[in-house]
Amino acid sequence: MARILVQEALFDMATESAALTAGRTDIGGVASFLGVCRGDDALAAMVLEHYPGMTERALGRIAAEAEARWPLTGCTVIHRVGRILPGEPIVLVLTASAHRAAALEACAFLIDWLKTKAPFWKREEFADGDARWVAAKNDDDAAAARWSVKNI
Amino acid sequence: MRILYFAWLRQKIGFAEEEVTPPAEIHDIAGLREWLATRSPGHAAAFADAKQIRAAVNQDFAAPDHPVAAGDEIAFFPPVTGG
Repeated sequence: MARILVQEALFDMATESAALTAGRTDIGGVASFLGVCRGDDALAAMVLEHYPGMTERALGRIAAEAEARWPLTGCTVIHRVGRILPGEPIVLVLTASAHRAAALEACAFLIDWLKTKAPFWKREEFADGDARWVAAKNDDDAAAARWSVKNI
Repeated sequence: MRILYFAWLRQKIGFAEEEVTPPAEIHDIAGLREWLATRSPGHAAAFADAKQIRAAVNQDFAAPDHPVAAGDEIAFFPPVTGG
């Protein structure tokens, strides 16, 4: 059962990684992806909106799909919402397994799918007061599609 | 029927949710979208480009031909950009 959190608060990757492996002797590898807010073009902040209820449901389904496809012994997905400053973390995916291939593949799958199948929307706020919604990228759809056309 | 709007749809319409009773001939997402677009200039602007709009019925992504019924929670939003 994956640990799934949608929160405004900062999180600590090292703490989460330690919690995933604490007291376990069946884990041979932990893979991680940490998404960080870049400060391009005088970005002042990134504001993450989501659909409370559906977000948790979508992340739960994506994690369940990963657990069905790979023999994971641990999985953590944390996605922040609200106002995020350049340099701060946005999203964390951790996957643990007996062997590295499953952990690495499942981690890549989770971040690819959550970018295209979970209801989050980013708005960029700039230093000059301008703001704009981030447009979805075709690259993200292609990355998600490489994990097969199967839908959830 | 409860309708929710997110991101720039919410901004263009001016509020995040509304309770509506569409006419009986509205039976799917595409029909509901077209009917909602007639409710105000803000709705019309938000729904102007159907290709940029996604939907969910009762918190699951739903295609334009997905049926809608009284009591459903229906959300309209742009393509997602999380991660």
